Amino acid sequence: MMEAQEKSKLSKNVLQMKFMRRSVVRLDEEQNAEEEKQTIDDEHWAYDIPQLKAKESKFQCEASYLPFEDLVFGRMSYKGFNKEIEKMMKEKNTEQSLAEADRREKEMAVSDDEMAERFTSLVGTVGKKFAKKRKKAEKEKVTETPQDTIDTVQTDAPSKKKKSKKKKKEFMKPNEDE
Amino acid sequence: MEHVGKIFMPGDVLSNLQASQKSGKVVLGPGLKCDNDSVFVNKPGVLKHKEPNFYWIDSHQKKYVPTRGEHVLGVVTNRMGDVYRVDIRGSEPASLSFLSFEGATKRNRPDIKIGDLVYGKLLCANKDIEPEMVCIDSTGRSNGMGVISCNGGFMFTCSLNHIRKILSPQFNLLKTLGNSLPFEVAVGMNGRIWVKGRSIKETIAIVNGLNSVEYMDTNEIKVMCRKLLDTLAGF
Repeated sequence: MMEAQEKSKLSKNVLQMKFMRRSVVRLDEEQNAEEEKQTIDDEHWAYDIPQLKAKESKFQCEASYLPFEDLVFGRMSYKGFNKEIEKMMKEKNTEQSLAEADRREKEMAVSDDEMAERFTSLVGTVGKKFAKKRKKAEKEKVTETPQDTIDTVQTDAPSKKKKSKKKKKEFMKPNEDE
Repeated sequence: MEHVGKIFMPGDVLSNLQASQKSGKVVLGPGLKCDNDSVFVNKPGVLKHKEPNFYWIDSHQKKYVPTRGEHVLGVVTNRMGDVYRVDIRGSEPASLSFLSFEGATKRNRPDIKIGDLVYGKLLCANKDIEPEMVCIDSTGRSNGMGVISCNGGFMFTCSLNHIRKILSPQFNLLKTLGNSLPFEVAVGMNGRIWVKGRSIKETIAIVNGLNSVEYMDTNEIKVMCRKLLDTLAGF
């Protein structure tokens, strides 16, 4: 900037000469641009007040009836009058019935999460029932994981039942002492 | 809420609206307006409710207010450069670019004359600017929209609530007529219906049928429909 100012300092008389007209205009423009830069910067546009917090409304407005009433598409054709429209109608109908069936199935069936939750609680108790006495004792010491119990599944149920009852009594006692 | 199904007048205040459990919001439809946490009714009609949190007023209305996303039936009234003016019964005509047709390019313009019927969707509808209409979906396919073949058929207007009744999945007149008559209809949410049958006589019969069922219930429609078909067949 300093250089530019020094450069531009030609004498008035020289600048008034006819052949200097263009450089006079250029110099003027440069000066104007610089002044503008100085006056308008980012701060010029910023408000100096705290930000307004938009209050979240409980209500959401919709101008159209579309989300409220399940309206069908407005072009219809019957008995092959307009093949193109009819084809489209058929596609839409199958799509709709498929979606409906999907929805119904979801309602009836047990979801994956529910299934997983149920089985995590079940694996331990069922596994215990089938485990041998010795193994069970070991397992009570070490915290058992479901996979271990599945490995030890065996099939002489009657004797196991008695033992499991005994085990229960033994297990309860220390609890009461505490 | 116990008010659902009752008649409300403009200015009535609603309370105890059921909010969604997830977001805690209530969705207010046409005829309801919120102002500082209270809800006012601004159209006379019956309060309707849809699970979980949708409320709106079902009212009789003939004036069409363009709304984004609705399918409308318009009449081309003018052509200005590369847009068409289309009358959609709103407060001002909608604009329809010639590029918003299936397969249209700058070179390959669609063949549309003034006075043609177009079936399209409102891309934008705002109270401050003119509505914009398109005849393609977001994938660029027409999907049933576009110019309606102009040879023949009959267009008429009816109230907006009647249009919604015609477009509801439970409406059985068109299906029943369609079992024995070949015909085609285009129903716009702006209150216009276009019908075309095999002959003028059949077209008139369908139009009369559509006009007369506004206040009928499903059973009455069935009876009327049978009568109409019998008369058409010459019994």
